[in-house]
Amino acid sequence: MTDTLAKDHEVVLQQRRDAATQARRLKTLESLFELRAFIALGVLIVVFSLLSDSFLTVDNVITMTKHVAINAVLALGMLLVILKGGIDLSVGSTVGLSGVIAGELLQGLHIGFLDAVAYPQVWAVIVLCIAVGAVVGAVNGLLITRLNVAPFIATLGMLYMARAAAMLISGGTTYPDLAGDPATNNTGFGWLGEGRPLGLPVAVWIMIVLAGLVTLLLRSTPFGRWLYATGGNERATQLSGVPVKRVKVTVYVISGACAAMSGLIIASELTSAAPQAGETFELNAIAAVVIGGAALSGGRGNVRGTLVGAFVIGFLADGLVILGVSTFWQMLIKGAVIVLAVVLDQSQQRFQRNRAAASAIAAEHEDSEAPPTAPAKA
Amino acid sequence: MTAAPPVLRAADVTKVYGGTHALRGVSLDIAAGRTTAVFGENGAGKSTLMKILSGVEPPSTGHIELDGRTVAFGAARQAADHGISIIHQELSLCPNLSIQDNLFLGREHTRGGGALLDRAGQKDLARRALDRLDGTIDPEVPVGDLRLGQQQLVEIARALLQDARVLIMDEPTSALSAPEVEVLFRVIRELKATGVAIVYISHHLEEALAIADDVAVLRDGSMVAAARAADVDLAWIVRTMVGRDQDDLFPDRAPTLGEPALEIEGLSVADPATPGRLAVHDISTTVRAGETVGIYGLMGSGRTELLECLAGRLPAASGTVRLHGEPLTGDVRRRIRTGVVLVPEDRQRDGLVQSMTVGQNLSLASVPRFVRRLLVHRGTERDAVDAMITDVTVKTPGADAPIGSLSGGNQQKVVIGKALLTGPRVLLLDEPSRGVDVGAKADVFALMAQQAERGLAVLFTTSEPEEALHIPDRLLIVARGRLIADLRPGELTRDRLMSLADGAAPSEEAPHD
Repeated sequence: MTDTLAKDHEVVLQQRRDAATQARRLKTLESLFELRAFIALGVLIVVFSLLSDSFLTVDNVITMTKHVAINAVLALGMLLVILKGGIDLSVGSTVGLSGVIAGELLQGLHIGFLDAVAYPQVWAVIVLCIAVGAVVGAVNGLLITRLNVAPFIATLGMLYMARAAAMLISGGTTYPDLAGDPATNNTGFGWLGEGRPLGLPVAVWIMIVLAGLVTLLLRSTPFGRWLYATGGNERATQLSGVPVKRVKVTVYVISGACAAMSGLIIASELTSAAPQAGETFELNAIAAVVIGGAALSGGRGNVRGTLVGAFVIGFLADGLVILGVSTFWQMLIKGAVIVLAVVLDQSQQRFQRNRAAASAIAAEHEDSEAPPTAPAKA
Repeated sequence: MTAAPPVLRAADVTKVYGGTHALRGVSLDIAAGRTTAVFGENGAGKSTLMKILSGVEPPSTGHIELDGRTVAFGAARQAADHGISIIHQELSLCPNLSIQDNLFLGREHTRGGGALLDRAGQKDLARRALDRLDGTIDPEVPVGDLRLGQQQLVEIARALLQDARVLIMDEPTSALSAPEVEVLFRVIRELKATGVAIVYISHHLEEALAIADDVAVLRDGSMVAAARAADVDLAWIVRTMVGRDQDDLFPDRAPTLGEPALEIEGLSVADPATPGRLAVHDISTTVRAGETVGIYGLMGSGRTELLECLAGRLPAASGTVRLHGEPLTGDVRRRIRTGVVLVPEDRQRDGLVQSMTVGQNLSLASVPRFVRRLLVHRGTERDAVDAMITDVTVKTPGADAPIGSLSGGNQQKVVIGKALLTGPRVLLLDEPSRGVDVGAKADVFALMAQQAERGLAVLFTTSEPEEALHIPDRLLIVARGRLIADLRPGELTRDRLMSLADGAAPSEEAPHD
């Protein structure tokens, strides 16, 4: 009996030593995987620079970053929703709706009973459009929290309804000119798309400021803490007295407002507003968040990752265009990158779990070198 | 040990979850034709050992031998193919399917070359298996319509149908009535006679000892003793399980009672799981400041629903609750603000956010307290969290450690610390010693006593008779949602406690004060 125990114990000791080695190896792999989005971005930049002279020029990088900014603004809102463990499919439609409302307001708002036309100033147009986006988000949030509609379904419904609203308001046609008229004192909308304070496009500034605000929100406010907790374990968070429903509604409101902002930037850049604008943008935003290492189940993710994710998506798309790769291949490559990102994320999670277990077994090694005693008899 | 070689053997098995050891170098022999009872407190590792024996989980180190040969089960299904089957502590039935469909789930009998279900054949087999246990259940009824005890019988019938050589029963009687337990014991004896090896786990120590041939005792994940059942008695088992003198674990205290803190009058709570049924039925009692009150009851007795209603998680169907004279109303958030906070039973599901750190979990219920100029002030938060870590004696490398790296006992202390950080006047704890090792258990009880001395009213539930008899200043016994007794635990014997909680006692046991 004691012999068997001693032999078994030798085997166990060996298993523990193996566990220690494995824990160290997993630790290295894990840190490598944590930086995967950065590494991917680096690889993209190097490869495209080698294949094309025009990729890594100041002008091109600024142009590409402007494209990235539109997606990044959406993605930052989406990040909050995904941290909560939700999803917002309606943001693409809100982009279109926001542009259409800007177009409508800049054309002049016909007030029937006064038989007059109002021309709101540009700042008022911007505020109103963002408010409309926030309202769309609020409806999403209320459907989800008060009527218990699953986020996927609520925002899928809103995807159709917001797009329909854009079509109905515009009659399906594009607002061709958003420049305004000095006579009606509503010029200057183009600045959002054209302005370059300190050499950077306004859209990029908006992305930078928004990223800073969201970082502060997540790191240093009770709301941020509550959001991570809700995504991590909603039941436990609610039992801790956290206003979980308010947190949920708020993230959809912010996501809707971000989408409206994005819609304004696009309309301003094009100096026209099409009701179809923003179609499938929600998917790019989700892709950026996921490539940035956020978990769709909630509770894990950050601003830095999401920004890098947006850059990966944007640079990949523009780089492939510069190289003249066909749109079909572009789609294939983008899809593969998204799936690969999630596969790598899963591996990282597995490494983390295995390492925790391996470390615990290895630690046992240190505090119990002596063989276990035979069970004591009564 | 037994003359015959063991049919199933665990050899130096270790199991690690996250960074926590659930089992350390456990060896156990299981003999054919005998019942092996495994004893141990909550969190001693019994269920983990059973999961490993039944192939639900692989061991981290060590191995399993079947008939002397090392086996590695990839899944529970493979273990079942080797003749090992398990009745789980948590019911693993699909409530939407009929009894019959549940009985054959995953091993359906088919005809027509495997394409079609053999419904008639299944029904026949199902009825015969059920008849062995309880002649009154119809195999066509959805499992969701059965009461808990009957569901447990279905779970047992499923194991019987598999013709197992080794049958593992993890708390098979937690929801059974006394006559149903007798039926189960008869079945166990019949199975033993045909050479089946039975592994039996139960909180009812007498019950388990009565049916056992061999006993093994686990403590804090280690196998501390093994013996013939005939050679040991109940006192030995309790002593070996706890591993120290009871006086150490259960400190004596003379409570200084203050004003009534929590006055419960005629409180009824609807069962959230079964519409139209009351989980708590017309319960009245008063908890004073400085008092610790225990609630003892079996699974499904309504003890959890009572605490959840007080915490604002379940609505009251009728009755009133007062906190220091003021009516207690509102949701969980409001009640925490007025000073009533719950430490939930299931800390993984309801207590902790696994993706956050020790410190973030501790401060979760109190974040707004640390806000200066709209932002969370890290320094203030850090000071409060560090103070609480010392106060509730959490063993952790620091507030920034991931919560998953802590042992069960320390995780429990974090949940309690989170509740205390809200500055409560009434502390509700649902099974605070569940899944906690012995050392931490003593700490948790000491904490409760300490908080009572600071003037809190403490109300907690337990399913461990030893705790019910030794921890609280006053004990409430609940069965089927009703208050059966309200007394000082010193007035009670262990046997009396168990029979009262079974709800089998005559009705003249009316509550008295």
